Amino acid sequence: MSNTTVKSAAAEHELVAAAASGDFASFKRESEPLLTRLHRFFHRYPTAAPAIVLLMAVLVFSTLIGDRFLHPFNLSLIVQQVTIIGILGIAQTLIILTAGIDLSVGAIMVLTSVIMGRFGVEYGLSPILALGFGLFAGALAGYINGLLVTFFRLPPFIVTLGTWNIFFALNLWYSGSQTIRSQAIDAAAPILHWTGQSIELLGARFTYGSLMMLVLFAIVWYALNWTAWGRHVYATGDDPAAARLAGIRTDRILRSVYIVAGFFCAVAAWALIGRIGSVSPQAGMMANLDSITAVVIGGCSLFGGRGSIFGTLLGALVVGVFRNGLALSGVDVLWQDFTVGLLIIIAVGLDQWIRKV
Amino acid sequence: MTTENQKLVLKATQLVKRYGHVTAIDGADFELREGEILAVIGDNGAGKSSLIKALSGALVPDAGEILLDGAPVQFKSPMDARKAGIETVYQNLAVAPSLNIADNLYLGREKLKPGILGKVFKMLDRKAMHEEAKAKLAELGLLTIQNIHQAVETLSGGQRQGVAVARSAAFAKHVVIMDEPTAALGVKESRRVLNLIRDVRDRGLSVVLISHNMPHVFEVADRIHIHRLGKRVAVIKPDTHSMSDAVAIMTGAMDPNEHPAGAFAA
Repeated sequence: MSNTTVKSAAAEHELVAAAASGDFASFKRESEPLLTRLHRFFHRYPTAAPAIVLLMAVLVFSTLIGDRFLHPFNLSLIVQQVTIIGILGIAQTLIILTAGIDLSVGAIMVLTSVIMGRFGVEYGLSPILALGFGLFAGALAGYINGLLVTFFRLPPFIVTLGTWNIFFALNLWYSGSQTIRSQAIDAAAPILHWTGQSIELLGARFTYGSLMMLVLFAIVWYALNWTAWGRHVYATGDDPAAARLAGIRTDRILRSVYIVAGFFCAVAAWALIGRIGSVSPQAGMMANLDSITAVVIGGCSLFGGRGSIFGTLLGALVVGVFRNGLALSGVDVLWQDFTVGLLIIIAVGLDQWIRKV
Repeated sequence: MTTENQKLVLKATQLVKRYGHVTAIDGADFELREGEILAVIGDNGAGKSSLIKALSGALVPDAGEILLDGAPVQFKSPMDARKAGIETVYQNLAVAPSLNIADNLYLGREKLKPGILGKVFKMLDRKAMHEEAKAKLAELGLLTIQNIHQAVETLSGGQRQGVAVARSAAFAKHVVIMDEPTAALGVKESRRVLNLIRDVRDRGLSVVLISHNMPHVFEVADRIHIHRLGKRVAVIKPDTHSMSDAVAIMTGAMDPNEHPAGAFAA
């Protein structure tokens, strides 16, 4: 390498650069095409898309169906119907924000509902203790997932595909495939039905379960946006290597996320018992996929680090409104599934577009 | 400018790191003086990354000693080094793209609200963090980044590098280590970052600059540490050696002791 030519060449091109305007970091807002502005808007407010879809769905169904749809009773019914998926959606959102996925949420929910039921009804344990033990079992199940993901470095998809089957099998074994009847629960552990009781607000009936869901969303929103833990969850999902270099113990964050997710699955189990009355080892078979649907329609990126917890609530409501509205319109059930499928694909397509900077 | 008897901020003696049969650091020495920019250059595979990792806590050496301000230190993780006042700007920029600038500046060392909100509810003091982030960017002449709430991914490469440098400069008490800070940047942006590196030095911090870009190294470095085959073979100054001398020593084409200024000219 010839030293002088390198040096002079460098000096020359840098002189040229210095002569150019110095404002390399300026942000000029020129008139941009509508699409660019739209892109910037969605990039900034990822919850806007599901909110708009929800609003449009409500408008369309209320003009098509009218009062029957807008009746407070029907609207509160929709909220009741999305309660379980909503709570599981919280768990799923946390996992997906870390760029993972949890296929076992439904299985954890069913397993913990059986644990709550058997501990409360068959062992004659104090109902509060039965509930607490169920919640603990959920957190433990989540911890097992988290350990497999962080300690053995297995992909979350595979880990939870495995534990989905394992937890579901344990659930069948532990329950003996027997349903615990509603009357037995009422007699021995009525607290498990608390989530199904309702109060009247503004002419609509809300179950404690659905109110609890809203409170949980608020708590998780606070944790994600106003605590260091929340920032670390986003950073871990966004770029784990960068997060580690910034001093974040990403494995601990991941384990904590799986534990919290498992706990929320058990809370969903409580809501499930309140909703269906009995404890059935066959309940909630599709719940894991439904929770992913809610998260995806809510605008969370499956690649992690991007999304909002309220997006998931909106996503769950969008699914609930579409299913309810189509059912009231007298459309065949298969078109509900068709529509939900369409929404998923549109939501993921939109996310791909939004993520482009 | 540096003089011979200046205080050593960071010193390492006879560092060794082996990976199986491969010896990444083979009895390397290292000396960083107070308030200087020390460039570390070396061919690919010379082991300069391993050396830097050992100094920044990302790697624990098998043998050797590291002294910070004359006291022996043992870094088990990058956090240990950070706590001791050594900040590192990594080549791949340790920033979270979807978080905003202020969040990124405070990533891993968030401030909590005073009182019960912070203690019990662990509430972040966003306002204070944003205000301070703004002040810190302004100090480094980076206030052209107007919106501190902007996601880092919407910034250009130079601006992101600016955020990463600002973060380390803002929190470093002793040493800032920069790994290839101008590697992926355009000409203008490189210039800006080089000025930033000088600013950091002028604020009294010591800077370790790892770079392949000889013109950049010769422009900003006070001294140049040349690494070859896992150890330090020479320390030169931009005015004692030419760029081609440096490249020759680095690649083994020249024995540093045969240069008229000697292997340890600085």
